[in-house]
Amino acid sequence: MREITYLEAVREAMTQEMERDSRVFLIGEDIGVYGGAFQVSYGMLEKFGHERILDTPITELGLTGAAVGAALIGMRPIAEIMFMDFTTLASEQLVNQAAKLRFMFGGQSSVPMVLRTPAGSGTGAAEHHSQSFENWFVHVPGLKVVMPTTPYDVKGLLISSIRDNNPVVFIEHKLLYKTKGEVPEEMYEIPLGKADIKREGKDLTIIATGIMVQKSLAAAEKLIKEGIDIEVLDPRTLRPLDTESIVKSVKKTGKVLIVHEAVKTGGFGGELAGVIAESEAFGYLDAPILRLAGREVPIPYNRDLEKAAVPQVEDIVQKARELANLKV
Amino acid sequence: MKLSKENAEHYMLQMYQVRAFEEQAEKSYMAGKIHGTMHLSIGQEASAIGSISTLEPTDFIIGHHRGHGLCIAKGADLNLMMAEFYGKENGYCRGRGGSMHIADVAGGNLGANGVVGGGIPMAVGIGIGLKMKAENQVLLAFFGDGAASTGAFHESMILAVLFQVPVVFICENNQYAMSFSANDWTTSKKIAAHGEIYGMAGSCSTDGNDLLEVKNAVKKAVDLARSGGGPSLIVNDTYRWRGHSKSDRNRYRTAEEIEEWKKKDPILKFRAYCNKEKLLTEKEADQIKEQGYADIEAARVFAEASPDPKVETLEEGVYAP
Repeated sequence: MREITYLEAVREAMTQEMERDSRVFLIGEDIGVYGGAFQVSYGMLEKFGHERILDTPITELGLTGAAVGAALIGMRPIAEIMFMDFTTLASEQLVNQAAKLRFMFGGQSSVPMVLRTPAGSGTGAAEHHSQSFENWFVHVPGLKVVMPTTPYDVKGLLISSIRDNNPVVFIEHKLLYKTKGEVPEEMYEIPLGKADIKREGKDLTIIATGIMVQKSLAAAEKLIKEGIDIEVLDPRTLRPLDTESIVKSVKKTGKVLIVHEAVKTGGFGGELAGVIAESEAFGYLDAPILRLAGREVPIPYNRDLEKAAVPQVEDIVQKARELANLKV
Repeated sequence: MKLSKENAEHYMLQMYQVRAFEEQAEKSYMAGKIHGTMHLSIGQEASAIGSISTLEPTDFIIGHHRGHGLCIAKGADLNLMMAEFYGKENGYCRGRGGSMHIADVAGGNLGANGVVGGGIPMAVGIGIGLKMKAENQVLLAFFGDGAASTGAFHESMILAVLFQVPVVFICENNQYAMSFSANDWTTSKKIAAHGEIYGMAGSCSTDGNDLLEVKNAVKKAVDLARSGGGPSLIVNDTYRWRGHSKSDRNRYRTAEEIEEWKKKDPILKFRAYCNKEKLLTEKEADQIKEQGYADIEAARVFAEASPDPKVETLEEGVYAP
């Protein structure tokens, strides 16, 4: 099958959906002639024109609200927030409005919009361009939160998100943009709320999100040489969460390590640990649920410090080995 | 522009319905029949009704937290509206929204909003959507003087002009954002001046207690928006007789000031106009008033007899299928 990058897969999903459905449009900063800060929408202005590629000045709150309003009357906007850090500026419209309008109006309306945003560190952009806020949005009933980790997944999940009748926070990782993988040319949906086993294994389950899925897979390849067989589970959608697949995997392996880039305190790992602890999988656990996550600091500039702030492959190897060898 | 008798009757009835709704809301609260809070628009009736009288039924409004008058002006069913105010299952929002969130989407009312300035960014997007749909519809976006100082307002003005949306932004300047006087940071003329600064042709301010003046100004802006001339900003100068909400002790203004504004009652002003233009006699106006209060009384009876939502349904409707 044809291989394209994660970034190209995002662009292809948007392009195909815009060709299919005239209600779909893009709104964001520098998404037109500039092509988006990461070049995701490069070339789309030529194809769709200014009527459907709405380039805005620096107005995160305004442009997000504009997406909410357009969705409220039946359009299907895709808003791009250039860096997830700037969703702080957009959150009033996302959290107070988009997430609540349907419920608050007793079901009279819906808000079918997607807010795409790149998250994560590793680019040397430091404190204001490197954060991972997914759990803030997971905490809001009414939002869906998607975190795709492969070119194949990102296309199918974005198509599903655009077609979904609810506001979806679609979190891309900057370091994944250039990764390549097999992606069908035709349109396909990957249902929201379905996890994916990225690697089957029997000794322990790593549940990872975002870029940590790729890092965990790399760690698993190293550990198999030591005879430790790791299952890597990618939830893909954080809300709604595929609890069933998680419980099934943990029951099979009896050990679970949760890995995410976001800061550990208040992070999604706590939610995952809670879900497992409350479930029937609890009785199958052979060791405590462990978390490996971002350190309790803002993302610093210095290369070594930046790396040390979030889990790296070697950290995962070490933690997973420790857990695999743990006898309780 | 001279009103027809039919229109005069209709606006008079709506003015009294709003006044009566607000008075009933207050009474129901005092009697302990409803909980929460409310934001009453007594004294601001001409702004809501004058503005919305310029719309076609297929047009839209989006409102603010003091939105009962807007809702009635857009033609809401009073029973469903009162039922929502009472938190009942058959209210507009199934009792989930209450006073601050009443919406009548089918009727073109895209909702009141509990966040000051919360509706303004959405208004731009609704305008973008209306333009794309190209069905010749317009939106009136209401907010207060308090919202005019928010970043949401200023970002939205910029985007509205950039995308030339068919939206008329209407600032109902009732002089106070809770306790903060609009005169302490601007004057209403300065709020309206933002329209010009941002490049909106049809911007102006009105005596917001004069239904005819409001109607004429908004009509021009609506016509402009409908003909592709882009957005306008209109400031209707008015006054809220009651406190901001139920917690207000009126410490920031004097009783004399309130009395002065009561002399400029928009309903009495409209009655005087109708009388002078021989559209309605005093007797006819009184009959309309009685009708307005009777309509609200019927809505109260309907609401109080309506069922509460079942607790088992709590988690319904968070997500669309």
